Amino acid sequence: MKILVCMSVVPDTTTKISFTDNNTKLNTQGVQFIINPYDELSLTRAIELTEKHGGTVTVANVGKADADAVIRKALAIGANDAIRINADPVDGQYVAEQLAHVIRSGGYDLVLTGRESIDYNGGQVCGLLGELLSWPAVNVCTRIDLENGKAIFERDIDGGRQTVTSSLPAVASAQKDLCEPRIPNMKGIMAARTKPLTVVEPVAVEFASTYRQFETPAPKQAVKLIDAANAGQLIDLLRNEAKIIA
Amino acid sequence: MTGIYAENSEGIFKKSVLEAASYASRISNGGVLAVCIGQPKDGEADKLAQYGVSKLIVVDGIPAFDSQAYTAEITKIFSANQVQHIVLANTYEGKTLAPRISVAMNASLATNVVDFPDTSNGFRIRRGVFSGKGFAIVELNKTNKVIAITPNSTELKQNPVTISIEHSQAAAHQINTEITATSKAAGKIPLTEAEVVVSAGRGMKGPENWKMVEELAELLGAATACSKPVADMDWRPHNEHVGQTGITIKPNLYIAIGISGAIQHLAGVSSSKVIVVINKDPEAPFFKAADYGIVGDAFDVLPQLIEAARASKN
Ligand SMILES: Cc1cc2nc3c(=O)[nH]c(=O)nc-3n(C[C@H](O)[C@H](O)[C@H](O)COP(=O)(O)OP(=O)(O)OC[C@H]3O[C@@H](n4cnc5c(N)ncnc54)[C@H](O)[C@@H]3O)c2cc1C
Repeated sequence: MKILVCMSVVPDTTTKISFTDNNTKLNTQGVQFIINPYDELSLTRAIELTEKHGGTVTVANVGKADADAVIRKALAIGANDAIRINADPVDGQYVAEQLAHVIRSGGYDLVLTGRESIDYNGGQVCGLLGELLSWPAVNVCTRIDLENGKAIFERDIDGGRQTVTSSLPAVASAQKDLCEPRIPNMKGIMAARTKPLTVVEPVAVEFASTYRQFETPAPKQAVKLIDAANAGQLIDLLRNEAKIIA
Repeated sequence: MTGIYAENSEGIFKKSVLEAASYASRISNGGVLAVCIGQPKDGEADKLAQYGVSKLIVVDGIPAFDSQAYTAEITKIFSANQVQHIVLANTYEGKTLAPRISVAMNASLATNVVDFPDTSNGFRIRRGVFSGKGFAIVELNKTNKVIAITPNSTELKQNPVTISIEHSQAAAHQINTEITATSKAAGKIPLTEAEVVVSAGRGMKGPENWKMVEELAELLGAATACSKPVADMDWRPHNEHVGQTGITIKPNLYIAIGISGAIQHLAGVSSSKVIVVINKDPEAPFFKAADYGIVGDAFDVLPQLIEAARASKN
């Protein structure tokens, strides 16, 4: 079983987001970068699957050299090796094209992504890879298992869940509840130092989109406080002042 | 002609599909073509017509969802009709199909779109980024474009037209995925589509106290949600967990009870139109993001709200 885990490197969840250069760039001053939380889940599940069924886990990232420290963390958690495609991750489509190129020559049985990357919230890469590779893609999975040469997924659907059996190779995206993310231990951190991290150059791809500008949400007006002794008044305000309920 | 993929929820077109129709009809300069898979119920096509859909093509012959077969049929129809812009709702199904369709049609892809495009200088859309902490203006460079819009984000405006309905027989596809079980919480309003959400956190002390939360939700026609620790402790099902690592929602009204308002929680709910916070701690950070606030004990405030909501219903 050869599993590839696609990993993005994102600002820590506590980051207060602001922009620089005329609101064209994320202000990275003081920002701590981490493994995208959903990719941490797919990585952990991939490791669990190879522990059970044998095989290897490769981590792939589209990013520049500053991502290497975070990639090493994925190796410390237990991936066998890593590939970094040396390019700025312009958008989901660019990232997927680069990953697809690596996957085509890699002979993988299963490719995992996160449900979305918590920075650009595209939720695109899983489906894009599926179509680029002509593979089945199963999105937002809370269970990933292997049985008799097939994959068994449980995925979220609107208002519920669904179990899906898929042929391999396949691509799937991880959702919360898939597993408990693993934390690297000392042995893993030592081993990660010497695990292979291959850097490859990107292939030429047309840019499908261009990020022009960023905005932060408009600041809120001051809160209107309602006396707790007279809380029922809220319902009246919501109906007649905010006009938000019938 | 602009296209929409009309997700068919057991024969029904939900509000998110009508929003896609409304969006498409606003950006189209020559009608809206909707593609749906499987027969819709009687009267459903008329709902689409109310929002500007001039033609509906129903694809027959695909028994169950398979992203590859769906994509092949949808793009076959859009290509044959020279559709360049395709709009769909950013639901679970929409999120699965939008990327595939963009590849199959060599299109630029924008998901999580929250506004109508600005075409004064290229084709620019506004999309949510950093889990509710920001927005990006993105220019879509390719001629073909796939736009997945966030439910409850864009105006739903009637634009009644007459609709023609055609059927298309699906080709024989090799089906790689098989659905073996489906479980749905019956009768519940899906969180992502709810216009009112009543949400509660660790301040509720234990799962046995959710009766009050559910009662208020029912009176307001609301869906229920919760903070992450509440789902982690299994007080509530995980599909109610909202926030940075849960579901991002954008209801008209979000009522937060006994939730502190941590940055990761706010990330998933701060785009709600009106936020009400009920917390006994006046220093709770959530009050900074609130429109209305009640500093008080949930166990004292909730019964009052339930009573007021019930009184005003009668
Ligand atoms: C990587 C990461 C991702 C995360 N993602 C999410 C996420 O997606 N969603 C999320 O919600 N959290 C997330 N968190 C957790 C987040 O940081 C907070 O810990 C969490 O939101 C707190 O939940 P809470 O407000 O229910 O509980 P608490 O922080 O314990 O707050 C409980 C609140 O209830 C109030 N209270 C207590 N009793 C009463 C009473 N009787 N009446 C009224 N008020 C009362 C208290 O004053 C307090 O403000 C994440 C954390 C990390 C590190």
